[in-house]
Amino acid sequence: MFHAREYVRPSSLEEAYQLCQKRRNLVVGGMMWLKMENITKQTIVDLGALGLDQIEEDEEEFRIGCMVTLRMLETHSGLNREFDGIFRECTRHIVGVQFRNGATVGGSVYGRFGFSDILTCLMALDTYVELYHGGVMPLAEFAEKPVSGKERDILVRIMIKKDGRRAAYQTVRKSKTDFPLIACCVARTGEGWQVSVGARPKKASAVLVKGEAGKDPELLAGHAAAQFTYGSNLRGSADYRAYLAEVLIRRLAEQIKKTEEKQEADR
Amino acid sequence: MQAVGSWRGPAKGDQKEREYNQKALADHHGKYVGAAIMKKDAMSLVTGKPVYTDDLAPKDCLVVKVLRSPHAHAVIQSIDCSNAEKVPGIECILTWKDVPQKRFTMAGQTYPEPSPYDRLILDQRVRFVGDAVAIVAGETEEAVDHALRLIRVKYQVLEALLDFRKAKDSYILIHPEENWKSLVPVGADNSRNLCASDCDQQGNVDEVLKSCAHVVEQSYHVKANQQAMMETFRAYSYLDAYGRLNMVASTQVPFHVRRILAHALDIPKSKVRVIKPRIGGGFGAKQTVVAEVYPAIVTWMTGKPAEMIYSRYESQIASSPRHEMEVTVRVGADENGILQAIDVYTLSNTGAYGEHGPTTVGLSGHKSIPLYRTKAYRFAYDVVYTNRMSAGAYRGYGATQGIFAVESAINELADQMHMDPVVLRERNMVRQGDVMPAYYGETALSCTLDKCMARAAEMIGWKDKFPCRDMGNGKVRGVGVAMAMQGSSISNVDVGSVSMKINDDGFYTLMVGCSDMGTGCDTILAQIAADCMDCDIDDIVVYGTDTDISPYDSGSYASSTTYLTGMAVVKTCENLRKQIISKAAKYLECSEEELEFDGRRVFQIGSGKEITLKDIGNRIMCQNEDALSACESHYSPTSPPPYMTGMAEVEVDMETGEVELIDYVAVVDCGTVVNPNLARVQTEGGIGQGIGMALYEDVTYSDTGRVYENSFMQYKIPTRQDVGTVRVEFEPSFEPNGPFGAKSIGEIVINTPSPAIASAVYHAAGVRIRELPITAEKICRGMYPEKFGRKE
Amino acid sequence: MKIQFQLNGRTVCPEIEADMLLLDLVRKLGCLSVKRGCETSNCGLCTVLMDGTPVLSCSVLAARAEGRKITTLEGMGEEAEEAGRFLAQEGGEQCGYCSPGFLMNVLAMEKELDHPSEEEIKEYLAGNLCRCSGYMSQLRAVKKYLNRKEETADAGSR
Repeated sequence: MFHAREYVRPSSLEEAYQLCQKRRNLVVGGMMWLKMENITKQTIVDLGALGLDQIEEDEEEFRIGCMVTLRMLETHSGLNREFDGIFRECTRHIVGVQFRNGATVGGSVYGRFGFSDILTCLMALDTYVELYHGGVMPLAEFAEKPVSGKERDILVRIMIKKDGRRAAYQTVRKSKTDFPLIACCVARTGEGWQVSVGARPKKASAVLVKGEAGKDPELLAGHAAAQFTYGSNLRGSADYRAYLAEVLIRRLAEQIKKTEEKQEADR
Repeated sequence: MQAVGSWRGPAKGDQKEREYNQKALADHHGKYVGAAIMKKDAMSLVTGKPVYTDDLAPKDCLVVKVLRSPHAHAVIQSIDCSNAEKVPGIECILTWKDVPQKRFTMAGQTYPEPSPYDRLILDQRVRFVGDAVAIVAGETEEAVDHALRLIRVKYQVLEALLDFRKAKDSYILIHPEENWKSLVPVGADNSRNLCASDCDQQGNVDEVLKSCAHVVEQSYHVKANQQAMMETFRAYSYLDAYGRLNMVASTQVPFHVRRILAHALDIPKSKVRVIKPRIGGGFGAKQTVVAEVYPAIVTWMTGKPAEMIYSRYESQIASSPRHEMEVTVRVGADENGILQAIDVYTLSNTGAYGEHGPTTVGLSGHKSIPLYRTKAYRFAYDVVYTNRMSAGAYRGYGATQGIFAVESAINELADQMHMDPVVLRERNMVRQGDVMPAYYGETALSCTLDKCMARAAEMIGWKDKFPCRDMGNGKVRGVGVAMAMQGSSISNVDVGSVSMKINDDGFYTLMVGCSDMGTGCDTILAQIAADCMDCDIDDIVVYGTDTDISPYDSGSYASSTTYLTGMAVVKTCENLRKQIISKAAKYLECSEEELEFDGRRVFQIGSGKEITLKDIGNRIMCQNEDALSACESHYSPTSPPPYMTGMAEVEVDMETGEVELIDYVAVVDCGTVVNPNLARVQTEGGIGQGIGMALYEDVTYSDTGRVYENSFMQYKIPTRQDVGTVRVEFEPSFEPNGPFGAKSIGEIVINTPSPAIASAVYHAAGVRIRELPITAEKICRGMYPEKFGRKE
Repeated sequence: MKIQFQLNGRTVCPEIEADMLLLDLVRKLGCLSVKRGCETSNCGLCTVLMDGTPVLSCSVLAARAEGRKITTLEGMGEEAEEAGRFLAQEGGEQCGYCSPGFLMNVLAMEKELDHPSEEEIKEYLAGNLCRCSGYMSQLRAVKKYLNRKEETADAGSR
């Protein structure tokens, strides 16, 4: 459990940003992971009063406030309609409903955890993060940065572009609500296949596969899976992960193709 | 602060409970034994009443915590507490120099305990990562946490012995101390790291196996498992008006706690009182005195109330998990599949201390081999010390490990012979009337194992599903079977006692010394008493457990309560009925022989002379010299086994190795089913734990002896999405030595999932898993060895 | 610091520490049905409702209760007793330690999901661990509880 002496709930982002410039202060989001840290700080900075718990949708994009809970992603009809239910699929295995009512998108993305289903999912989409100080940047760029104590910005929201891509998400887990042993998200864009693999066990990263290499699911899977590195931990070994990544990427690509065929037929 | 708990009175609830129980009773021909009565404490529990240890603890309890060793094996050179003691609110800090230096065991067993006396409350030598180094007590958790960080300990780090296969006769000694002692001849020898060792046999196993047409020889590895009861270990203590140490503990063994605390603190037993409130699950974990000594010594030394609550982290790294065992089995059969011999060797890892080490291992052979008729058997074992967390008692108590091994070997034998494993079992299983040489020569007086097998096969559709079905989508479903037995109490050792008295208006108080840990034994015993006294169950008030008041009972473990304490209830009621008639004879001025008691009144046949129990209850409160109370004890020279069959159907993803449990059926012979609801939930719950053991739960260590699975985040007990569908039925036998024909059910139910699921996986995927848990990766590697290099 | 919120329908203004958890606060305020079973947000024993939404009180700062409505099993009155009775009639409470958190989530589920399927029930309640029951009795109880009105209606129309 972390400890702190004071608690403030800033009413503006500027105020929050100023507070979090001090090393002795601590920004809390959903607090699910933070509470397991054994640290002592001066002041807890709660972002709960900034109205950042909304999902906004327009023609172009979804704008998801950092305090939006995982449960809101899971049950949001717009997100799930646009992206073939991957937001339900990437959240519903996370511990339980009560947990997902507490855990936030900001916490998941900012933490850049290796096991993150959310990060894996978002990496397969055209996603951007908006930092209060650092401005808007592609998620991939943000995700690549190491999480460090020196980084003192606030993740305000994430934006997901509506570009009509089809997407599918799958994991292998030891038990139903455990962390993923491997997490894969595949999307088909105008350019090709966007393949994201997380829980390797390192944090998710994504590759874009174009042209011949993405000709069929089998080929795609072999090509994409080979571009990631894998490691071992309690949940699985590196070579099992590498093997599973290939299997899942293939399955997801097949699933997307089926969806496309079905849509084609429906038209 | 003002309480905001809106306490609802029980009156209305009582009414609905009575209506439900009346219906359950009517459904069972007016007899309580066999009726699905609600647990007496059910409504309190489901409405969240404050009935558990921490809910009851005085607000001013000192917070007690333990500083734990970061080393697997070390000797403490110095401890500097000077800065820690200065933290405001710190009451005391104790180190090994402050505690009695007489060794004891924390195992809650009948004295003299088979477990060696190898513990001190705090020792200069620490033997696993997490072993206690110092005890800190203070007014607040913050102060105690702060003080813990300020204690400076200098360790002389020693080489650790982590591999139990290298422990026997290792040059590293876990217990070199002079005052280590073993009270019972179990083959223990601290100079060889042996906690116990023995061999038992009948016939010449080697010769018989040589003559067998088919032999399987394999080793099976069962890891440690955590009981993971929802309420972690906890206890609080205070001194009463007489200066005695009162201990309220979440324990299964109040009387053993009293003795162990007296030993640990080196004080007279008369100075200790132990009270058990409602407890949040035990499963054997709380048959070891894991937490109690710490608040006890704080209270004893400071005179102040003190409470220790184990965190989940502590419960995972410094508790009393299942003994890791490697069980090597040889089984042989003739060409017709008639078993000839079983040979079992068990190597058991008791960890840093010997709690339950010498006894758990015995069950790995004595409760697996007797499942089959054979000409010869041999059972040998070694139990070794290592620098790992001390093991303890966990539901199944060694039988679970042995049955995984023997039942897996039998399944391998059937597959090797191309024989249906159900048929192989039908040809060889123990039957009612059989003498079981490997079970201390006891006779199976009640056994419907054959019917359990037949019914389970019918329920799951074995004939159609064996061995597997390709589902056509890359998935294959396989089925597997296993049998199990356990005991009912420890024969010639365990004692169950109850006392019962009549109060005004003729209601009874039943004082029990066993420990209801959610299993419902308070209710079960009341059902038995209500039938014995021909009264309403609401007229039986059950009180337990308080060592000052309850009659002696060894405690709730070894599947003993219904069978043993239940029989004590029967005997006590017989006694009390006699007293009632005798008293009525005096009041009615006639002879006892002419009188009958129907539960409500005593009457003289024919004459119309009668006196109600209510009148007797009220009259004895004035001018009376007969106490109208009875207390009887019971022990059993036999330990009648319950039997069961479990069958699993799994679906294996033939590409990833992932296993989905589709269906699990279990048919149990627990003798007479005293309460079908509670027996069913016991069975479903035990199977749930067994599924966890089979598929998810693992305890692994780093090279330096740290447990990786130190939280529920890493130690995955099954969720409701992981257990599939579990279906349970009963095939009751009638056990002549049990109350109303009952045997036990608490432990046996955890034993079948591991071997049944392992065999189902083999039938689906062709991969043998001989080390638990059965993970997708192991299966996948087994299916595609060419794709993977040698692991690690 | 002092905060104000509604606990089981009553306004309370407790003095709290900045880093206090809601779980410890509600227990301090007498709601002892709320239990702690882990430190890693995995077990669900501490489930309470925050403005009607089920949350883990072990993972919510007490300070965040400011101005909200917090409900524990003690505040659910007859509703809790009724749901609890279904569990008790299956013998499914066993040790009872997980029952309050479980029932809180069952009551939340009843409000959130309309006629949930067995799979939906299992998924919604997956964050409530139970080590005694093996979950089957809980499932039976939940199904009977959710169907209670239909059952009564059926019985009435016969």
